Amino acid sequence: MTAADNAALVDVEDIHTYYGKSHVLHGVSLSVGRGEVVGLLGRNGVGKSTTLKTIMGLVNPSKGRVRFEGNLVTGLPAHRLARIGIAYVPEDRRIFRLLTVMENLRTGLDRRGVSDERKQELLDKVFTFFPRLAERRNQAGGTLSGGEQQMLAIARAMMLVPKIILLDEPTEGLMPRMVSQIRDIIDVLHREGVAILLVEQNVPLTLEASQRVYIMEKGSVRHHSAASELRVNDAVIHQYLGV
Amino acid sequence: MSQRTATIYWTGFSVILALLIVAPLVLPEFWQRFVTEILIWGLLAMSSDILIGYTGMVSFGHSAFFGLGMYGAAAALLSVRPPNLWLAILYGLVGSAGVALFVAYFSTRLRDIYFAITTLIFSQIFYVIIFTWTDLTGGENGLTFRRPELAIPGLFSVPFTSDTLHWFVLAMVTASYLILRRITQSPFGMVLQSIRENEARTRAIGYAVERYKMVSVMLSGLFAGLAGVLYAIQNRFAAPDFVYFLVSGETVIYNVMGGIGTLVGPIAGAAFFLLLRELFSRFFTEFYLIPVGIIFIAMIIFMPQGLLGFMRRWLNQ
Amino acid sequence: MEQISAFLQAIPYDQIVIQTLNGIVTGMILALVASGLTLIFGIMDVVNFAHGELFMLGAYIGVVVLATSGSFWLALVIATLVVALIGAALQITTLRPLLGRDPLTTILATFGISLVLQNYALWQFGPVARKIQEPFTGRFSLFYLEYPWYRILIAALSAAIIGGFWLFLKYGTYGIWIRATTQDRVMAQAMGIPVPWVHTAAFAIGSGMAAASGVLFGPLVGVTHAMGLDWVLKAFIVVVVGGMGNLGGSIAASIFISLLEAYAAIWVDPAQAVIVSFVVLILTLLFRPTGLFVPTPK
Repeated sequence: MTAADNAALVDVEDIHTYYGKSHVLHGVSLSVGRGEVVGLLGRNGVGKSTTLKTIMGLVNPSKGRVRFEGNLVTGLPAHRLARIGIAYVPEDRRIFRLLTVMENLRTGLDRRGVSDERKQELLDKVFTFFPRLAERRNQAGGTLSGGEQQMLAIARAMMLVPKIILLDEPTEGLMPRMVSQIRDIIDVLHREGVAILLVEQNVPLTLEASQRVYIMEKGSVRHHSAASELRVNDAVIHQYLGV
Repeated sequence: MSQRTATIYWTGFSVILALLIVAPLVLPEFWQRFVTEILIWGLLAMSSDILIGYTGMVSFGHSAFFGLGMYGAAAALLSVRPPNLWLAILYGLVGSAGVALFVAYFSTRLRDIYFAITTLIFSQIFYVIIFTWTDLTGGENGLTFRRPELAIPGLFSVPFTSDTLHWFVLAMVTASYLILRRITQSPFGMVLQSIRENEARTRAIGYAVERYKMVSVMLSGLFAGLAGVLYAIQNRFAAPDFVYFLVSGETVIYNVMGGIGTLVGPIAGAAFFLLLRELFSRFFTEFYLIPVGIIFIAMIIFMPQGLLGFMRRWLNQ
Repeated sequence: MEQISAFLQAIPYDQIVIQTLNGIVTGMILALVASGLTLIFGIMDVVNFAHGELFMLGAYIGVVVLATSGSFWLALVIATLVVALIGAALQITTLRPLLGRDPLTTILATFGISLVLQNYALWQFGPVARKIQEPFTGRFSLFYLEYPWYRILIAALSAAIIGGFWLFLKYGTYGIWIRATTQDRVMAQAMGIPVPWVHTAAFAIGSGMAAASGVLFGPLVGVTHAMGLDWVLKAFIVVVVGGMGNLGGSIAASIFISLLEAYAAIWVDPAQAVIVSFVVLILTLLFRPTGLFVPTPK
């Protein structure tokens, strides 16, 4: 095994990020290995979304480094990162409301070097996972229900054939039935070898789905352990999340 | 303002004022007129700074204020014999105040780009009206008139010489500057700046933002009108060209080049632009705008705070 | 009864028909110019003051190509391509550095560009108006006039270009990129769309459309360095009245305003008919600020 195999897929080292004058991230460090599902928990406003945005290149850190597959990617623009294998599914989904479902998928699908057969393969796969999207493929994104939009946001990210998906609160505002669908999708992605960095408020789901969990508070990581430990030790959960 | 800062400031102010007073005595005629013109355009730019630099409202309507001030003065100087200086000023200010009222109304209903474009359209509306209402305004050719005498009713009345005219303009501009400075440093001025920083928050605190904006527009319009009156008196003509939106555009250029939010910056910006124009005219004749335009664009990109922008905080203490 | 009949007889039907035709022709050109402006504003929030000058440059390049090659169509194509490239170059050098700054800076920068381009044209071509010869000079009889077929061609061609552009936006891969970037710049980036280049391409397309309008419109008026000024103002009005960033709206607004002005010109001096568009703008801003043809959002 070479050093590259052992290196984490995504490695975040001592990130400090500001929004204007506001110091939002105070030295965040975490890593996600190939094919791992890693959870990121914490109360509202501690900086979980900002961490994801920093990894995705949507926000530039003032200090610190982000590495992908061992290479330094801090400061690269988001569109480059999307092409080398990082996909982002934001809080509130942010699908293109005026584009159809099909067009939304095409934003990820239409890339150089992907043959038409491959594109069709990917579409077929995603429509199998999400039959509701197949039904609505020519409908405008804005007309879909909340749950369907979440499906679309994830499907769209899958079109990039990413190595890691950054999922920000995918179950927020969804009905229990949809929540378990999300759970299934996370499993399927995991089986396919796609790594996931999962930010969630839903603690039980996160503990079930993840191998490791980080907990953040006030802009930095305060706790890190295997998910299995946290399943039995709720004191920590209570301490940081007041649940 | 700390005692030391105040001393430095007023010393600097006095020095510059002294230089400007002495100017007509030492400079050749051409340059003397040049300095007077810089003062007038500087006043216009300064009035625009109230809106752009202090209240955060970008306006391309200053040519309307300026033009109406100019034509207002023309009206007074043509309709009343003998031509009366103070009447000209009065008419000019009334004219520009009228336009300002109009614009002020819209300023409260529109924001940002919409406000900017609308003010631009206003300039054009007045331009078209003035251009086509030939009977009243002389249309394309404008109006010419005699210069009034410098008169203090009951005391004396003497014709202007270019020296005395210069000093009169200087007195008007200096007085305007001092008044505007006082206003921007007052609680009222602070609220304006707060509106520029964050309008929503200012409103949330409880200020009637609409009223402040309207007063700001009126102030800006009045001083711009004054500049128009002074220009009319100096040059003895009024023409529709000055109401065309390009004049507004140039005014905003003076503001940006000089540094917004500083009051003196725009005057420096006007001086800088006009000097560049003079300089480049020697080499490029009437195409001076090509290099000057390029310099302007470069300044926006590389020096957005303008010439005096770095002094902004210091000047506003 | 008699009064009604007299009133009906006094209506200048022939003039109205002629003006309708003129209004539609001007409206289509305006629509082409405004589409470019709307595209640029919608996708990168830039108010392109220099748009009128791009129109003007297109017309001048048309003059030059026509003079050397004798072909109007070649002039049209080359002018469009060259100005598109100029637009791309301008965007990269002056607008990209201003990304993320106060919107005032882009207005000023494009204003500066317009001053430079206007004076450059004045310097290179002089103040005398140039002529672009229409590609054909057939006329047909319309009431008391001989109406040029060329004008009908302008309207048709503008419509075709706009139509083609619309198809590109709707079905082309890059059209989807443009639409996605217009709706959500951040997520477009996150999907791998190279947003800075999409911006440049959009600016180039908008510039090209302005240039094409300039060449098409050229034969109707003289080509001068100042021809862009009136157009840029009208185009702004149209973009605001049609709804900022709304392509269909700007097209509808272009025709609407041009028709109104054309009708007004029956009774007033054409120089004053311009006020019609100003009034429409003010009324729109007062009562339906999101756009005349856009359903008011709840």
